[in-house]
Amino acid sequence: MREPTGAPPPGANPYIPVPFRVSGRRRETADTVTLRLRSPSGDGLPFEPGQFMMLYVFGVGEVPVSASGAPRRAGILEHTVRAVGPVTRRLVALRRGDWVGVRGPFGRGWPLALAEGFDVLIVAGGLGLAPLRSALLQILAQRDRYRQVTVLYGARSPADLLYRLDLSRWQQRPDLELRVTVDRADERWRGQIGVVPALIAQVERHFEPARTVALVCGPEVMMRFTVRELQKRGVPDDLIYLSLERNMKCALGLCGHCQFGPAFICKDGPVMPFSRLAPFSEIREL
Amino acid sequence: MSELSVLDSRDLPELFAALQRHGFRVVGPTVRDGAIVYDELVSAADLPVGWSDEQEAAHYRLKRRDDDAVFAYAVGPHSWKRFLHPSSLTLWRARRTAAGVTIETPAEELPRLALFGVRSCDLHAIAVLDRVLLGGPFVDPYYAERRSRAFIVAVNCGHFSPSTCFCVSMGTGPKATFGFDLALTEVFEPGRHVFVVEVGTDEGAEVLRQVPHRAAEPWERAAADRVVETTAARMGRRLETAGLKEALYANLEHPRWDDVAQRCLTCGNCTMVCPTCFCFTVEDRTDLTGTVTERVRRLDVCFTTEFTYTAGKPLRQSARSRYRQWLTHKLGSWLDQFGVSGCVGCGRCITWCPVGIDITEEAAAIRSASELGERTR
Ligand SMILES: Cc1cc2nc3c(=O)[nH]c(=O)nc-3n(C[C@H](O)[C@H](O)[C@H](O)COP(=O)(O)OP(=O)(O)OC[C@H]3O[C@@H](n4cnc5c(N)ncnc54)[C@H](O)[C@@H]3O)c2cc1C
Ligand code: SF4
Ligand code: SF4
Ligand code: FES
Repeated sequence: MREPTGAPPPGANPYIPVPFRVSGRRRETADTVTLRLRSPSGDGLPFEPGQFMMLYVFGVGEVPVSASGAPRRAGILEHTVRAVGPVTRRLVALRRGDWVGVRGPFGRGWPLALAEGFDVLIVAGGLGLAPLRSALLQILAQRDRYRQVTVLYGARSPADLLYRLDLSRWQQRPDLELRVTVDRADERWRGQIGVVPALIAQVERHFEPARTVALVCGPEVMMRFTVRELQKRGVPDDLIYLSLERNMKCALGLCGHCQFGPAFICKDGPVMPFSRLAPFSEIREL
Repeated sequence: MSELSVLDSRDLPELFAALQRHGFRVVGPTVRDGAIVYDELVSAADLPVGWSDEQEAAHYRLKRRDDDAVFAYAVGPHSWKRFLHPSSLTLWRARRTAAGVTIETPAEELPRLALFGVRSCDLHAIAVLDRVLLGGPFVDPYYAERRSRAFIVAVNCGHFSPSTCFCVSMGTGPKATFGFDLALTEVFEPGRHVFVVEVGTDEGAEVLRQVPHRAAEPWERAAADRVVETTAARMGRRLETAGLKEALYANLEHPRWDDVAQRCLTCGNCTMVCPTCFCFTVEDRTDLTGTVTERVRRLDVCFTTEFTYTAGKPLRQSARSRYRQWLTHKLGSWLDQFGVSGCVGCGRCITWCPVGIDITEEAAAIRSASELGERTR
């Protein structure tokens, strides 16, 4: 099977952003917002779940942000952005009607075709749920193609939970097993407390390790522990997919910033099977 | 072998004139600030006639010769990426209007450049940049434009730098074998000073037609062959490339990386002088009114901590990890990424490292002690 790649339109200058407008805005948490972007021309930038776009705020700068919405909706994009620095702060502050430049989609997405006929185990930490939401929306739209689907999601605190409406909908679906945990609870929290990788032990009967595709995204430590838990149970390295984050200045495989060993994360990733990362996974500061 | 011609050294200005008549702006070697650099040349008089150089690790010095040899120097601090992949370039300008934002690329017409005096290692370096910037999936349109418009006059190496050049072991020299429009070999013997000319393209032939020349005599062909043969035979420095990538990948935690990190100043000189180092960053600059902004691309240096700034901190904090990235990229991962080595053996990084770190020595140290490295992991 072919994994999705960001194929360039021939002849176009790949450095030039395409105009979009903010058409909707939903506050997720104190510092995080989901933007809905619409292309004035109506033709969008069709993407696969797991791919990312370069979002440009006029006069400020451009940053990589994963697509978090359902794919294949012509002319519409959704991106969930956390305000951490100059560009993301401005993105989060955008209002309906504001102009945004977009380049993309870039990189390889989640192996959703490969996962057909398999159990799917989604493990998300923090903002890592954004690219996985896109994958889950697509999986749920074609639910019969997959065997058991399990979602494990961890946030720092109840106030940091993203996509609350989605979470409550997913919670009610009989064909989806969802477990949510937080690192630190507040007085109203009645759910689980602890780290995400620890949830894997609880859902063992929801996946058959040798026939499971795992999709993992979150902070690097969380991903490291998750991989260990999955390996312990016999999920093969080439069926554990991780989405990596690196500094990115071009997303075109040209600026050199996103290198990880032989890989350019912007074009060979961001989603990669652990089997390709394993030779380098124990090397610090690679 | 193609037809060889001979151009008398006195007619070199004619070659310049022919290139200029063809509409080329000639860029090439000239003496400035105590080094042979590449810059625009108004006439053949700007060439480093009668100059040579002396290079060693962390050492470069110009030397006067007592003849008027034109190409009796080895490569200097500049490389051709200066013209093909410039250190600073405006990618586009955006203007905020009532209707939204309009984005345009700079409209100025680029001059056609004739790169004059390109050594074989640098032809290979340009071929490396071609793979990186034109090989896809995305093509860099700025490089593509400059590259497709360039005319190349190569020079086979009669003079080289014994303590820094290692093109022979890299398979990149000293003879120019591809990628040129014209290639010159300077045959300099007492009483005779000529250039043996090989034509590489139709455009090269067209330029040569406008310059006084004649067919090469057998002795001249033999003399031209001898020039590169002598250089190849005398080149002592080498880098053993067989199995090098594997040895580097197997030794990413080798103690030698700590050793070199003690010496390395992380100044990035090596990346700036390297003819294949292509990494860049981008910067947005906005005018005071806030209505016009431009994105500028600048060549970047992997030795800075900002280079890997991710999720709030640099990923490569130690000097060890940054030197390791540079060397393993050049000599290892480049092969996986682009199918060629990122090093063409030009020796510039050895000469221009202020503390004389030598890429061939570091690579050899990692490789020779590779079993030790395995054990200490
Ligand atoms: C594939 C991918 C997907 C991502 N998806 C998402 C997502 O869905 N949602 C989300 O919120 N985030 C996402 N991110 C992270 C997001 O791109 C970063 O949070 C964002 O780049 C931060 O940019 P900033 O300008 O707001 O802040 P900063 O990180 O402070 O600055 C942005 C850039 O400026 C440079 N910079 C910062 N400080 C300095 C300095 N002192 N000197 C020199 N340069 C400096 C850095 O190189 C950095 O790239 C993703 C990242 C990647 C790689
Ligand atoms: S790494 Fe050093 S020797 Fe090799 S091409 Fe670059 S500057 Fe030249
Ligand atoms: S190797 Fe030498 S030139 Fe390169 S960064 Fe270190 S000190 Fe500078
Ligand atoms: S982001 Fe520029 S090479 Fe990957």
